[in-house]
Amino acid sequence: MPMSFIQALIDSKGEEILEDWLATHHADGLTRRDLFSDAQGRQHAKTFFLALQSTLNRGADIDAFNLASDAWADVRAALAEVTRERVKRGVAPAEIAGFFLLLKYPLFDRLGAGAGTEEFSVVEQVSRLTRMIDAIAVQAMSLCIEERDRIIERQRTEMLEISTPVVDLWERVIAVPLVGTLDSVRAQEVMENTLGAIVDREADIVIVDITGVPTIDTEVAHHLLRTAAAIRLMGAECIISGISPRIAQTMVHLGVSTNGVTTRASLRAAVHDAFQRVGLTVVNAKA
Amino acid sequence: MAHSAGLFLVDRIMLVTIHEDINDSDIVELQDQLAVKVHAKGARGIVIDISALDIVDTFVGRIIAQLAGIGSILDAPTFVVGMRPAVAMTLVELGMTLPDVRTARSLGHALAQLRDSPTIG
Repeated sequence: MPMSFIQALIDSKGEEILEDWLATHHADGLTRRDLFSDAQGRQHAKTFFLALQSTLNRGADIDAFNLASDAWADVRAALAEVTRERVKRGVAPAEIAGFFLLLKYPLFDRLGAGAGTEEFSVVEQVSRLTRMIDAIAVQAMSLCIEERDRIIERQRTEMLEISTPVVDLWERVIAVPLVGTLDSVRAQEVMENTLGAIVDREADIVIVDITGVPTIDTEVAHHLLRTAAAIRLMGAECIISGISPRIAQTMVHLGVSTNGVTTRASLRAAVHDAFQRVGLTVVNAKA
Repeated sequence: MAHSAGLFLVDRIMLVTIHEDINDSDIVELQDQLAVKVHAKGARGIVIDISALDIVDTFVGRIIAQLAGIGSILDAPTFVVGMRPAVAMTLVELGMTLPDVRTARSLGHALAQLRDSPTIG
């Protein structure tokens, strides 16, 4: 086959096909005027379509379609560019897949129109086109997911960094306020930061405040108790404060023993305790 | 043993320093010598400084617990001081929280506590 029918079609009727493609987007509600202007939407479609057109014109064989190969590198790049841009604006993955899948119909329509005039099997052409466009849509989907994974990963590391501060409360007294859920990775981070701070700030008392921890399970409880044990091994004292009535109940029901660890209902009580142990009293200056 | 640990009696308190390169047989020997010396000199407290130790295993952990046990039987309260964060984490991971061992941040803290304790001396 010197020049495939599909290539000829995309080359000669490119403008029409692009317009039809955009029209189907509009009809299917994929234009997302709330996220970008018509011109931007058109630009996305055009970027991709022109890359496809030029790749086919350069002789890329649609029968040997393989999106990962060098011959299709331009299509791959345009696809990635358009997908990233749309994901960034908040387009849903299904809509992105739809964006590419809808390119089938303008092409199918023209295949049907040319059926009587040329010596070829419509079914065969449809199957080729479908294979190519499906692969493109699948690639777009996986790019979407990759992009999201990257965002999630970045947010997770940011959360880890900001969520385990160690606060200097007074001389020899430090506090570790915990907020949110405590998984193994975070628990490890908390323990490392806390033990490091005991050395750096010569702390004798560490208050681990869990006011901001909504729920507790056996795993979290054990993380806390292990942190307390490590603090004690280093020669400092640990007070776990901010234990809500619900968490107290849960810990008893779970059978978690807090033997050897000082627990206090509120941070206030823990601070009072800590001051007493380092020999400080707070007095009312006005009285 | 001579180079990997040291035993010093100061003011009837037995100071034990453990060096970084201590091996398993050294530490067993240390245990023997400590028991003998504490008994012979009538030490009223033991302070084990492990600040040089940056790696522990269950064996060393158990020996430390035993040293403290020997101390308390001989009526010499035992403090472990200067444990590094990495060592504390390892021991906790290994499930060795040494509940019967007293700990202090530094030699100074341990000596102060031994001095203040009414039951000691």
